[in-house]
Amino acid sequence: MRPVIEQSAAELARAVGAKEISARDVIEATLAQIDAVDGSVGAYITSLHEMARASALAVDRRIAAGEKMRLAGVPVAVKDNMCLAGTRTTCGSKILGDWIAPYTATAVQRIIEAGGIPVGKSNLDEFAMGSSCENSARGITRNPLALDRVPGGSSGGSAAAVASRQAVVGLGSDTGGSIREPAAFCGVTGFKPTYGRVSRYGLIAFASSLDQIGPLARTVEDAALIYEVMAGHDGMDSTSIDRDVEPAVTAMRSDLRGLRIGIVKEFDTGKLGHEIDALYKRAFADLRKLGADLVDVSLPTAEFGLATYYLIAPAECSSNLARFDGVRYGLRVDGADVGEMYERTRAAGFGPEVKRRILIGTYALSSGYYDAYYVKAQKVRTLIARDFQRAFEECDLIACPAASSPAFGFNAKSDPYSMYLMDYYTIPMSLAGLPALSVPCGSVTGEGAHEPLPMGLQLCGPLFSECALLGAAHAYEQASQHAKEYKLAI
Amino acid sequence: MPSQEIDIRYVAKLARIALTDEEVEVFGRQLGDLLGHVEALSELDTASIAATAQVVESRNVEREDVVSGCLERERVLEMAPQAQGVYFRVPRIIAEET
Amino acid sequence: MTQWESVIGIECHVELKTNSKMFCACPNEFGGEPNTKVCPVCLALPGALPVANKIAIEHMIRAGLAFGAEIPEFSKFDRKNYFYPDMPKDYQISQYAMPLTQGGAVRYWLADGSMKECRLTRIHLEEDTGKSLHAGTTGRIAGSSHSLIDFNRAGVPLMECVSEPELHSADEAIGYLEALKRTFVQLGISDVKMEEGSLRCDANVSIRPAASTELGTKAEIKNMNSFRSVHRAIESEIARQIEIVQSGGRVVQETRGWDEGAGRTHTMRSKEQTHDYRYFPDPDLVPVEVDRELVESIRTALPELPHERFARYRGHLKLTPAQATQLIEDAALGDYFDACVSASGHAQQSANFVLGDLARLANENRMALYDSPVRPEHVGELVRMVESKTINSKIAKDLIARMWAGDGSPAAIVEREGLAQSSDVGTIDPFIDEVLRANEKSVMDFRAGKTNVLGFLVGQVMKASAGKANPRIVQERMREKLG
Ligand SMILES: [Mg+2]
Ligand SMILES: [Zn+2]
Repeated sequence: MRPVIEQSAAELARAVGAKEISARDVIEATLAQIDAVDGSVGAYITSLHEMARASALAVDRRIAAGEKMRLAGVPVAVKDNMCLAGTRTTCGSKILGDWIAPYTATAVQRIIEAGGIPVGKSNLDEFAMGSSCENSARGITRNPLALDRVPGGSSGGSAAAVASRQAVVGLGSDTGGSIREPAAFCGVTGFKPTYGRVSRYGLIAFASSLDQIGPLARTVEDAALIYEVMAGHDGMDSTSIDRDVEPAVTAMRSDLRGLRIGIVKEFDTGKLGHEIDALYKRAFADLRKLGADLVDVSLPTAEFGLATYYLIAPAECSSNLARFDGVRYGLRVDGADVGEMYERTRAAGFGPEVKRRILIGTYALSSGYYDAYYVKAQKVRTLIARDFQRAFEECDLIACPAASSPAFGFNAKSDPYSMYLMDYYTIPMSLAGLPALSVPCGSVTGEGAHEPLPMGLQLCGPLFSECALLGAAHAYEQASQHAKEYKLAI
Repeated sequence: MPSQEIDIRYVAKLARIALTDEEVEVFGRQLGDLLGHVEALSELDTASIAATAQVVESRNVEREDVVSGCLERERVLEMAPQAQGVYFRVPRIIAEET
Repeated sequence: MTQWESVIGIECHVELKTNSKMFCACPNEFGGEPNTKVCPVCLALPGALPVANKIAIEHMIRAGLAFGAEIPEFSKFDRKNYFYPDMPKDYQISQYAMPLTQGGAVRYWLADGSMKECRLTRIHLEEDTGKSLHAGTTGRIAGSSHSLIDFNRAGVPLMECVSEPELHSADEAIGYLEALKRTFVQLGISDVKMEEGSLRCDANVSIRPAASTELGTKAEIKNMNSFRSVHRAIESEIARQIEIVQSGGRVVQETRGWDEGAGRTHTMRSKEQTHDYRYFPDPDLVPVEVDRELVESIRTALPELPHERFARYRGHLKLTPAQATQLIEDAALGDYFDACVSASGHAQQSANFVLGDLARLANENRMALYDSPVRPEHVGELVRMVESKTINSKIAKDLIARMWAGDGSPAAIVEREGLAQSSDVGTIDPFIDEVLRANEKSVMDFRAGKTNVLGFLVGQVMKASAGKANPRIVQERMREKLG
């Protein structure tokens, strides 16, 4: 038997369910790995050793009582923008102080009910705003495959935890690429379901119309399993979709015969340099080898995604983050009157990226600019969604890069716009609400890198095509086995 | 698209964030840059296009009018940066805003 | 000298009567221990999300239909962004672009019975804020050292009713407000208790030369906590504006607070401090597509509305404006009255009893008439007996007391106890003769021209006959005998 921390969620849940190993042993092995490596990785803001041990005992009792659980004993990293009752929840910000969530997010609750065990609250760019985890007020996370590089963001903590075996699976949230980009950077699979598939109740909002919870995992099958457990209607979230969740785990396939996969004309990988271009050309060729028909598709308005996103997401965030005002919870910096208290609290509590986005969003919604910026962006959003609809008349799935480069070094993107560009390939799908994932597709040698760095292939499908998407990703993953090339630097 | 100079202090006032002079300068410039990039959207003719507020078109998601449990006051006030007795306490309110 | 016309528009916030709050399952109840009716949603804890209350939406449709408003096919929720410590999310979920009701009109009446109409701009659905107590001084915001907040009320469903500026006096404003209040109570969608804060209103007041059709500069008056203070505040504000203009000044657009003690309005904030609310569609909520069948079923189930009842009472039943108003004020009393009328066939006499002796008894016993043992059928019998002269008013009074005490059908009592009035001369004459014999002095006075003693003599006969003699016949016979 392979070491516990190397096993997949599916394997562990089966073994724990069959009493071949106890949940307690699984958790102890995981906590030992956390103790051994997280000092150099920094995946977690808060580790939950005591709670995890108690939960493991509870799972073992449930097993003893004959209960069947799909995630029995599976150690899970929970991004620290999701509420878990009784744990500190920080969003990577100073403004929440040591706030202890009094309730649990629906998605997390479903994981726990299925026997999953949160082992830590993982790091993120403050309020999920960023692509490197450098924007966290609670410290940086290092890429476990190259410690001098970022793990990506904003779900960088969960991606790094999963890659470094500090959890079997991780929960992330994706607003414009925040699951897919760190998955690509850390050499794991990251999956953003269709908007509304997984309840947002208890996910601390960044941009409500874009936020979506999804899994990060070392295998596509594990991602499918976690997705299946979390997905489905929730009466606590008005935007949660009331529609059956088709079984994803059983949709895994071994070839791509009969699938038309679209290659986006506008996403010319030639612009990404020879090495990256060659990597994606190879990945596309591998898809064909597996039986897929590659077809050219066009997304003429996709290039406007970034500009659209950087109006809509900040506008929503400017309003969503108003509640952090020093009145009911979290940080307060006192002032002579309430107004001064607000301004000082928010000045001290939010980091520069959050302030920047709140200011952009406030401006885009303010009197005289609303139509020109916010409404205009919403209209372009319609165009982008239509482009995808048209493309999906000619193909079943779309394949493209998950990010334009591998993990970069710390402080490499000091200009905000250059950081925003990291989401170029992931934002259009977010705007259209589409399910999309990143799966390992090899590695390249980044600038000044000592080791080859992972890259991710993004696959995306029409609304609610989760099963087709995960099934195809599994076929590619199994045939290519790229994850095996990645070596931990710890 | 409007290309006026951004009154960053006014925007920060609306957003209730105190800015240093340096932040006014830096954020002002960065916002200007971003809006410059956003300018590109004006190329697109959207006159007859409907705005998308939500991608998945649900309608009439409503709760039954049923009461269920509340949080315990003790736990609620534990969270408060400042509480007094059974209330949340805030510094004086200068002007009526509603 | 210029004649001035005042122009008034009213904005009301009315709390809806539901079991739970607008977007969460906390109870919607007045009062209670501070900060006990809160949950992650209405406290705006990180990650919590709103889900709209179905009944609140139905109540809005009810309100709209009652005023003849248009119920659009499509409606949605917007966020109104501004910071205030008793507003947990620092935005209010409201309806800006597409409210649930648009247009319509409130029909109301004045004390003289004249019917008026004031059009509505809209009624939209929103959520209430918490409550701030301003500490350190008088409980007022000015001069307080800090504030204490109770979030129990945060998230209670609220409808905002905005009128067109079509009211022209404080009396009209009150007539309008009373009509709103009666209608909401009648519909069962709000308790409309100003003292509990379930109705709050602001008035926009301006003046203009009587002949003009242009609107003058308005002041928005706030902090009025009873209909009486609304009336006083509007009158005082109109007087203030006229004085300014007549002395050559200009009214400035501003928000003014009503000072109950001082009896005048004072500046709260001027136009320059207006807000940039940055309304945008709330991405946490989905649009409402109003089901036409639901609208029709609500329309069909609408009760008779206060203005309709007023028209009926005034027109067909010929009640006075005061009687009609009193009966409409308490719809259950009105229903009771209607049952009395259908039992008696006599509106005015029924009104006299219901609003007279019966109302007095109800008041003395601190009990609603319709909860008393007096059934409308009993009142009907009583009225019919009075109208047919079977009993006189004195017996009627006695019967009312006995009905109240639970003695049941007045017709049965009259029958049982032989209380029916007599018009038979053969029965009445002996009583008259007896009285005339016993009151020689009065007889002489009458004959000397002091005709007012007649009443006394008739009274004596009534007494002697134990109230059963028909007073009209007694009077006739008496005159003849005194001749
Ligand atoms: Mg309002
Ligand atoms: Zn609540």
